[in-house]
Amino acid sequence: MNLTLKIWRQKNSQVEGQMVEYKVTDISEHMSFLEMMDVLNEQLVNKGEEPVAFDHDCREGICGMCSMFINGEAHGPDRGVTTCQLHMRMFNDGDTIYIEPWRAKAFPVIKDLVVDRTAFERIQQAGGYISVNTSGNTQDANAIPIAKEDADLSMDAATCIGCGACVATCKNASAMLFVGAKVSQYALLPQGQVEAAERVSNMIKQMDEEGFGNCTNTGACEVECPKGISLENIARMNREFMKASI
Amino acid sequence: MSRFYSSSVGRKVLMALSGFFLLFFLLQHFLINFLSVFNKEAFNGASDFMGTNPFVQYALQPVLFFGIIYHLIMGMYLDAKNKGARGGKYAKNNAAANASWMSRNMIITGVMILLFICLHMVDFFFPTIKAHYIDHTHLDAYEMVVAKFANPVFVLIYVVAFAFLALHLLHGFQSAFQSVGFNNRKYTPAIKKLGTIYAIAVPVGYMFIAVFHYINSL
Repeated sequence: MNLTLKIWRQKNSQVEGQMVEYKVTDISEHMSFLEMMDVLNEQLVNKGEEPVAFDHDCREGICGMCSMFINGEAHGPDRGVTTCQLHMRMFNDGDTIYIEPWRAKAFPVIKDLVVDRTAFERIQQAGGYISVNTSGNTQDANAIPIAKEDADLSMDAATCIGCGACVATCKNASAMLFVGAKVSQYALLPQGQVEAAERVSNMIKQMDEEGFGNCTNTGACEVECPKGISLENIARMNREFMKASI
Repeated sequence: MSRFYSSSVGRKVLMALSGFFLLFFLLQHFLINFLSVFNKEAFNGASDFMGTNPFVQYALQPVLFFGIIYHLIMGMYLDAKNKGARGGKYAKNNAAANASWMSRNMIITGVMILLFICLHMVDFFFPTIKAHYIDHTHLDAYEMVVAKFANPVFVLIYVVAFAFLALHLLHGFQSAFQSVGFNNRKYTPAIKKLGTIYAIAVPVGYMFIAVFHYINSL
């Protein structure tokens, strides 16, 4: 198929960017979206032009690096997939595709489609961990019984890959689905109880300081999340925060 | 505690709690107004009770004013803050693909309701307060309602305002439960259904009262 691409080009974080139009031809419907981008970049390199910078790593939907806002949706029009898992068969011959970086004040553009997501790292560092003894006398994890339902819910929350699609798609650029998932995965387990109050307070404080917006429960994040993280995690974070504040 | 009030989640919880109070207020206001359709004396009796009862006047009314003012000021403040958090516009944003119009436009429906509340205060609330506390006279609430709703333009404004209220509540009702952390697989579907019923039934009920009195006046 032949496509027209409108791609955000920005030299670095200091200068203004703009949408630039490119044409790609003979794209196979079996290609992934990133492979299509590779074709474009090869074309640009052959012409002596600067290739489009974009984040990618595992290309199998688990690393959370690929971060494109495609035709007005995070990770494109398909559901439950990252950009690397998005296939070109989702598009039609002759389509014009808009490709933009995540847009959030807390995720400044570094170059073209690459954004700085270290704000997520700082939120994690503020409390997204448990303190356990690792000096040789670590307790066997199976020694603490955990209800199956809690284990499942915790595992569901832990599938968050921190890609930032929730922030990109939220009309408020809110990070609450991410933080909700990270809080929930520990809040549901006995190992997470020791630091529970501190964790939720510190992570929310860091989230606010990073400049993410406020959640208004539109539910857009849940729809666009490649891992299907549920809004229940935001409700759980709210409960944890209320508990910690009393 | 001060960290709670100034945090994003704390504000969200308070938006929900003030919203809950306003939902309760809307329902009781509607039930009293609805009496005017059936019985003049019953409506006047209920109106006088609400206008003179010390608990209503000095306890519930201040809470109501605080609730409305907090809800609208915090709503506008958070909306401005949220717009700032975007940092650059998308050239193409298919927002309708993942969220309802109502959930994305609470500020628009909210501001329309605010304008309506201002009009409504001038029409009904201030005259009643003035009569009671300044002139020390007694206003016949029923006659006032009937006189106002004889004007078709007035009725139309009310109907449109309640349409905005319905849109606001279609998102707001279930959203408030989510904000206070109430979301579970067993009850949330029922809350969403109840929210839809409330968001349609109460505003349509208010519209009915206005149209009823207009038709009655013809």
